[in-house]
Amino acid sequence: MQAKEEERPIDLLASGHRACAGCGAALTIQAILRATGANVFVANSTGCMEIISSQYPQSAWKVPWIHSLFENAAAVASGIEVALKALGRSEEGKVVVIAGDGGTVDIGMQAISGMLERGHDVCYICYDNEAYMNTGNQRSGATPFDASTTTSPYGKRSFGNDRPKKNMPAIVAAHGIAYVATSSVGYPRDLTKKVQKAVSVSGPAYLQIHAPCNVGWGFDSAKTIEIARLAVETGLWMMYEIIDGELVNVMKVPRQQPVEEYLKQQRRFAHLFKMPGGQAQIKLIQDIANHNFESHKAAAREETG
Amino acid sequence: MEGSHAIALAVKAARPNVVSAYPITPQTHIVEDISQLIADGDLDAQYVKVESEHSAMSVCIGASATGARTYTATTSQGLALMHEVLFNAAGMRLPIVMTVANRALSAPLSIWNDHQDSISERDSGWIQIYAEDNTEASDLTIQAYRIAEDTRIQVPVMVCMDGYTLTHTYEPVELLEQDLVDDFLPTYRPTDFLNVNDPKSFGMFADPNYYTEFRYQNHRALEVAKAVIPEISTEFGEVFDRDYGGLIEEYRCDDAEYVLMAMGSVVGTLKDTVDDLRDDGVRAGAIKLRSYRPFPSDELRRALAGVTAVGILDKNISLGFEGALFTDVKASLYRDKEAPKAFGFIAGLGGRDIPKRMFVKMFDYIREGKKISKSEFFDLRTQILDFQEV
Repeated sequence: MQAKEEERPIDLLASGHRACAGCGAALTIQAILRATGANVFVANSTGCMEIISSQYPQSAWKVPWIHSLFENAAAVASGIEVALKALGRSEEGKVVVIAGDGGTVDIGMQAISGMLERGHDVCYICYDNEAYMNTGNQRSGATPFDASTTTSPYGKRSFGNDRPKKNMPAIVAAHGIAYVATSSVGYPRDLTKKVQKAVSVSGPAYLQIHAPCNVGWGFDSAKTIEIARLAVETGLWMMYEIIDGELVNVMKVPRQQPVEEYLKQQRRFAHLFKMPGGQAQIKLIQDIANHNFESHKAAAREETG
Repeated sequence: MEGSHAIALAVKAARPNVVSAYPITPQTHIVEDISQLIADGDLDAQYVKVESEHSAMSVCIGASATGARTYTATTSQGLALMHEVLFNAAGMRLPIVMTVANRALSAPLSIWNDHQDSISERDSGWIQIYAEDNTEASDLTIQAYRIAEDTRIQVPVMVCMDGYTLTHTYEPVELLEQDLVDDFLPTYRPTDFLNVNDPKSFGMFADPNYYTEFRYQNHRALEVAKAVIPEISTEFGEVFDRDYGGLIEEYRCDDAEYVLMAMGSVVGTLKDTVDDLRDDGVRAGAIKLRSYRPFPSDELRRALAGVTAVGILDKNISLGFEGALFTDVKASLYRDKEAPKAFGFIAGLGGRDIPKRMFVKMFDYIREGKKISKSEFFDLRTQILDFQEV
């Protein structure tokens, strides 16, 4: 059934962009822009979302948008923010960074730290699809433990990525900024609320949004939302806010799912179910999930997403 | 007045909206003085104290794309760290102005002057103009904004001045009167900039159907700059009574048989040497290369027509080949049947002084005119090499 014209949300990321069917990141961007409205300046780092949306001479962006390089979106955003200030145009809109996990937790780390420390009025949003997807699924600092990627492949001597996911929200929070939060494309109401909160903060804010990549992770393109929700239900992706340094509003999961439910649907973890020693690895992943729930327990609240 | 202070005052006169810089020797005095001007309320600008040169240039990109006049300064390793951002700024045609306090590149670490840093950014799409003294560096700062913001060009400009030799040297400087600068350099009002009322996309990607045309247009802009730079220099001269000529300055070249060419502060010594040789009856001349990019091939060919031999001083080297200016000059002269013999001299690396007697030696060398060789290292201390080889 088609919605009436006036009931349709305004899509500030035009349809016809080149994202893969089932792309969690593209859904994320669409949701972000619905939450912010048209009065935003977007600084985009190099990555999937930049590539799918800006092939000259067509742009999918209906908001002022700039892409410079891979690691400098936070600095470019800083420049926009001070320019608006200097030109007396700050009321025109909020400056928002949209960057992937590689551009955020790895190569962009220094520029982000500088932007946060200097206190720019910039909302930094990382869509986290847990690897370098634009270049073909290479491991990033945000790749989870034991995920097989093209640079952390499983093999006779490897169960995949041998390090746990970098805790970027904690690193960001250590800068003493007012608002840090995580969300997921599987929970659009939660996502919308947090984007609106993040852009309303005066000064730097940081949001990391879990955005499954069906191509890189290896699952059916119809299951993006289901996978995103399973990550939260298993405890492998935690939803919370850090407001003025305090961990609050951890999303409470009604019934914790075993991690197998999440892992078995994805090609990147398929080796764990076939390899000798794989079950022990799955136990280690279960330990990570259990630890996540345990360490966030004190601030848990009911799910509202 | 110290050179760095003169630059800070020139920047103030240009009224940038956003300054973004990271401290590095010998650029520091420039950004310190600008910071003080802002702290004292004498310059109304946002100063972003970034965590690296990479971010310094990135902030300039964001600010310039938003419609602000922007300024930064760096040198050496800092310029090298900016490398990819320089190409990006030029490709987006953002009229950023930057002072480069020229310094050698590591390793071994050297904080002293040569031109390796900016020469290594030759292909970044930035205009590079080299100053001979502090008044010229100061004046160039104002002209650079006019050049960069000229709608026929719209590319960023580096004003190159020798680290220490100019930045830290006290000499009389002709100051810029604010009201004259305001007339000469009006407020920056770009036609395309980031704004919510007319959303535009900056920094898109181009597939093979379009990339070449972007590069061509960027190249054309630098070609057009060959006419714009002298035009703005002349206009500046009419207002401020100081005209530096165009892309090159010819010194006693009219009837010269032997010409030496150089860039930067060492040109002063070179001109003195020419005067001495003229007194001795040698028909010597000098060419000061002001604009390295765009490279003034035609102007040089005209200036060198009828000259017997030309020597080119390079305070840089393309390792494994020769000095960069030497290559470009030879390429420019290649089609001329009557082209002068060309000699390349590499000297003055990492702050080594080039005294008058060395220029005399270079003139002697080209007057002998024995062979056309690769660049010669002209001030090697061979006794040290002998020691190291033990």
